[in-house]
Amino acid sequence: MHPAPSLIVFTTLSGLGFGLMVWLGLGLPVAWGWAAFAWCAIAIGGASIGLLASTLHLGNPQRAWRALSQWRSSWLSREGVLAVATLLVFGLYALLWIFFGRRVEALGIAASVLALATVAATAMIYAQLRTVPRWHMPETPILFVLYALAGGALLALQALAGLVLLVLLGCVQVLAWWRGSTAYARSGSSMETATGLTHHGQVRLFEAPHTTPNYLMTEMVFVVGRRRAAALRRIGLALGVVIPALACLLALIVAVPPVVLALAALCHLAGVVAMRWLFYAEAEHLVGLYYGRRPGDRAAA
Amino acid sequence: MTSLPPPSDKKLGLVIDLDTCVGCHACVVSCKSWNSSGYGAPLADLDAYGEAPVGSFLNRIHTFEAKQEGRPAQIVHFPKSCLHCEDAPCVTVCPTGASYKRQADGIVLVNEDWCIGCGLCAWACPYGAREMDQAAGVMKKCTLCVDRIYNDNLPEVDREPACVRTCPAGARHFGDLGDPDSAVSHLVAERGGIDLMPEQGTRPVNKYLPPRPKQEIGEAEPVDLVALAEPEAKGFLGWLDRALEKL
Repeated sequence: MHPAPSLIVFTTLSGLGFGLMVWLGLGLPVAWGWAAFAWCAIAIGGASIGLLASTLHLGNPQRAWRALSQWRSSWLSREGVLAVATLLVFGLYALLWIFFGRRVEALGIAASVLALATVAATAMIYAQLRTVPRWHMPETPILFVLYALAGGALLALQALAGLVLLVLLGCVQVLAWWRGSTAYARSGSSMETATGLTHHGQVRLFEAPHTTPNYLMTEMVFVVGRRRAAALRRIGLALGVVIPALACLLALIVAVPPVVLALAALCHLAGVVAMRWLFYAEAEHLVGLYYGRRPGDRAAA
Repeated sequence: MTSLPPPSDKKLGLVIDLDTCVGCHACVVSCKSWNSSGYGAPLADLDAYGEAPVGSFLNRIHTFEAKQEGRPAQIVHFPKSCLHCEDAPCVTVCPTGASYKRQADGIVLVNEDWCIGCGLCAWACPYGAREMDQAAGVMKKCTLCVDRIYNDNLPEVDREPACVRTCPAGARHFGDLGDPDSAVSHLVAERGGIDLMPEQGTRPVNKYLPPRPKQEIGEAEPVDLVALAEPEAKGFLGWLDRALEKL
């Protein structure tokens, strides 16, 4: 799949923003006045910039409001509805907290639950797609939620929670990579089932239907950087999980200034961007079978 | 609503004969022509006369080679368009309600006035049946020529999808696959029509008729074709031939 920058910015920043809202809604960290304002600005800013970035990949963004209508059937619609609801509830919570010095517990918990549900709905947009076997796994929503919670914990300066969540995140991410490598084979789809020529021997593409790439090819059959996947995975794990986890450990052992965890959060963000880029770049769509692409093709990178 | 309607009795669709298709792309051209001049935004081409033209098409012909151990390879021309699935994943993922399946006849359509061009329906389709119109920013797909098949302004013979109407080989058939007595249903039953990627659970309405097995090539000695082209000369020509031979 084509790793569209708008979608990478959307899923990383909104994930981090909503992740921070979860902790702020739970009453952590304890802060008032300007500090409260800064934290809320980071959370709302991250989520909003992410959501705005997501509209950049639309063909007709002026109609984006229509996407709020199909929440009964569509995960993308649910995500939109939940995001708006979260921003409204958290916005009210932030208003009372910053300007009136009142942190309303019920409102905060509601915002936390909604924020978590928003991230889960974002993940389900990908996890629901049977056409992309690497995404169509239970690990996908678990990972998105863990990324949001871990990143949010770092931004909220929660060293212990951050450490636990990062270790968990690293384990699930490695599991997802491992199981993801065989997901395509498990889907049971092949060039033979795609063409219905299951009893006619081995099938290969003899002549492509068109001579220049079309939308299907630039969007879904797209192959980029898969040769560098192993290196990017190591960079992603180091920046996104190992270094921030060590920073959390350090913060638990000795007293460090809060800036250490803030830097760890930035480092984590860089790692998440690398891993999110891979999330798209490594994903293989079944439609590639009609263009002669078999699972694991690394050509034309 | 992007929820799927309850299953309809009428299931309009295509039956495509992979044994007959000659891969001429006439259906591609006919489809593009009809759908660029009728209902909805035209099927746009970008850089149409430039070096790298890109355009949206609702129907494409792929050509595959199937090879069995110890047998000659078989070329299969493979037309591919929307299969109007009964469990269409492209419909349920749509956030706006623009992508829908008609209750009356099962045709899957896009309401272009509601489509935001997010592309998720194209991601959800395993067959690559949907292509974004990169000029209008809306999703395009086969309409089963809904603006032909019910169009009283057209002569009755033209009230079928443009691709079917134009196919010179008779490889494309249109009809009601929900009716077990329709011509297309009989064709599917006789020829063992199949679904594409049944493991994806989409339950396509369109069916494909598999190519018949190639004839076995026997072990007989090859015929001397050159000899056939040089018949034995008789009469005057024979005498001349023999006389020249002696010189």
